[in-house]
Amino acid sequence: MNSAVALQTTLPILIPLISGALSLVLWRSRQLQRGISVLGTGALMIASVWLLLSVYADGIQVMYAGNWPAPFGIVLVADLLSSIMVMLTGITGLATAVYSLATISKKHEHYGYYPLMHLLLAGVNGAFLTGDIFNLYVWFEVMLVASFALLILGGERAQMEGAIKYVTLNLVSSAIFLSAIGLLYGLTGTLNMADLAVKLADHQDNPMVQVIAMLFLMAFGIKAGAFPLFFWLPASYHTPRVAVSSLFAGLLTKVGVYALFRVFTLIFPLGDSLTRDLLLGMAGATMLVGVLGAAAQFEFRRILSFHIISQIGYMLMGLALYTPLAIIGGVFYIIHHIIVKSNLFLISGLIYRLQGSYDLKQLGGVWRSHPMIGVLFLIPALSLAGLPPLSGFFGKFIVIKAGVEAQQWWLVGVALLVGLLTLYSMTKIWAEVFWKELPEGAAAPAQQRGGTSLMVITIVALSTMTVLIGVAAEPVYKLAEHTASQLLDSQAYIQSVLGVN
Amino acid sequence: MSTLLATAVGVLYATAIYLILRRSIVKLVIGLVLLSNAANLLIFTSSGLTRYAPPLIPEGSDTVLNGIVADPLAQALILTAIVIGFGVLAFAVVLIHRAYEVVKADDMDQMKDTDT
Repeated sequence: MNSAVALQTTLPILIPLISGALSLVLWRSRQLQRGISVLGTGALMIASVWLLLSVYADGIQVMYAGNWPAPFGIVLVADLLSSIMVMLTGITGLATAVYSLATISKKHEHYGYYPLMHLLLAGVNGAFLTGDIFNLYVWFEVMLVASFALLILGGERAQMEGAIKYVTLNLVSSAIFLSAIGLLYGLTGTLNMADLAVKLADHQDNPMVQVIAMLFLMAFGIKAGAFPLFFWLPASYHTPRVAVSSLFAGLLTKVGVYALFRVFTLIFPLGDSLTRDLLLGMAGATMLVGVLGAAAQFEFRRILSFHIISQIGYMLMGLALYTPLAIIGGVFYIIHHIIVKSNLFLISGLIYRLQGSYDLKQLGGVWRSHPMIGVLFLIPALSLAGLPPLSGFFGKFIVIKAGVEAQQWWLVGVALLVGLLTLYSMTKIWAEVFWKELPEGAAAPAQQRGGTSLMVITIVALSTMTVLIGVAAEPVYKLAEHTASQLLDSQAYIQSVLGVN
Repeated sequence: MSTLLATAVGVLYATAIYLILRRSIVKLVIGLVLLSNAANLLIFTSSGLTRYAPPLIPEGSDTVLNGIVADPLAQALILTAIVIGFGVLAFAVVLIHRAYEVVKADDMDQMKDTDT
């Protein structure tokens, strides 16, 4: 192990931890905390790009903590999926940090918004990079504790109500995850994911393996917001500050999706198992129920929250079909989704700043007053619905093509229908917020604090990225292709971690 | 012994789930406490109960351990999980206290504003 590898794989965790600690030390100075938040997330993004480039060039990077050899110590493993996720965390983190400068009030900054944001990013990156299943649990908890505190920052009634559901269901999920780890350790005597993959190959006939796989499916299904385990998500995501919502929407459920991808390609390869059929059903139901939930809503962020759920369905569909093309589609979809979803939440915050409400019935006339915001909304909205040439089209196209090849016709039908309903939902927002006249007695605009230029810059940057992923889909597709072949070739992962044997 | 512990784990899970399904948020938190303890006890039980030597290498000896010794890793896992569970529990208790102050009811049915 050379020091460059050690630095590459630990920096995405260390940078947010250090920025968080510095923000705590400089508790009294808001200005310094704001500076650190932008510099820290900027540095995180640079470090994550460095990691992705070197993983792309040199293959899987492994860091042995404390130089303990592989199955005994904790390892950090950066393969392409991990480094892509870390890079997306960097992008979302930087976007949220810049956006927060214009939207987070003094009161919230005083409650410790910035240290918590950094801690959340550290937890998310740790979960993406670790190669040890118990360590994954620990990073999940780091991330959860930070998200709990961010969720109730401000202490309004809706936040408390949302947080009780969020906290309860996430703790139940953690308990299931921990139980699964306990049973797995009892069965195999190891916690290293690569070693688990090797050891479990000897236990194929043991029914306990299936039980443990189901426990993992439930635990990560709750975290990912999959059907029928998603109820905490629409109850809580619309309650905190919009920058927090955006960060959660972009990253938290995707950690669950990442864990599902990791566990069900490496430790319990799906093959033709019962788990795969179950996952296929879950994927279809998640898509459909999410989008139907969105159609019934009239609150901007609640519509977007339900759409997170329906989009998770497409990613699960990519995993559940378990063909190389489907995994490519799933990875492509994750890349597209994180950027688009964060962006849509940021736009809802911008409209809140202008008109003082998230309720579609209270909003209107934005197209007449701010046509540019209309254009900025259309890019991610149409991308979410899957219109070419935006990023969402290619994500949906690959996943659905994989479904056709696997002859899962009902799932393909559901995926196409959900695309149409997503478009309906987005046109609803468009008609209500942008075209309709501003209704009588609408809410007063939110109290102004600073300009909206920082908000607009962030949204423009993320929208540009969406267009770029769509227009230059081929390099992204190539990246997703490499990622998928790495995921499906678990031998390479095992050899990089355990050494050649 | 492991049958006894396994029964205890089962009872703990059942009680925890029952309490989590109650309407009272105080009972909900007690349920969460029991749930994390059930998971801890499950790790302890499933990693094997060993009635033999502790995993200690005598001073001055450079050999590895031989014979059957207890596995210390499971206890390390439980210790970590207890610490995490304690931290999260402290948060949950403060949360239900604040929620009680804001909503003025110890009843999940009074907390449905964000659901619709």
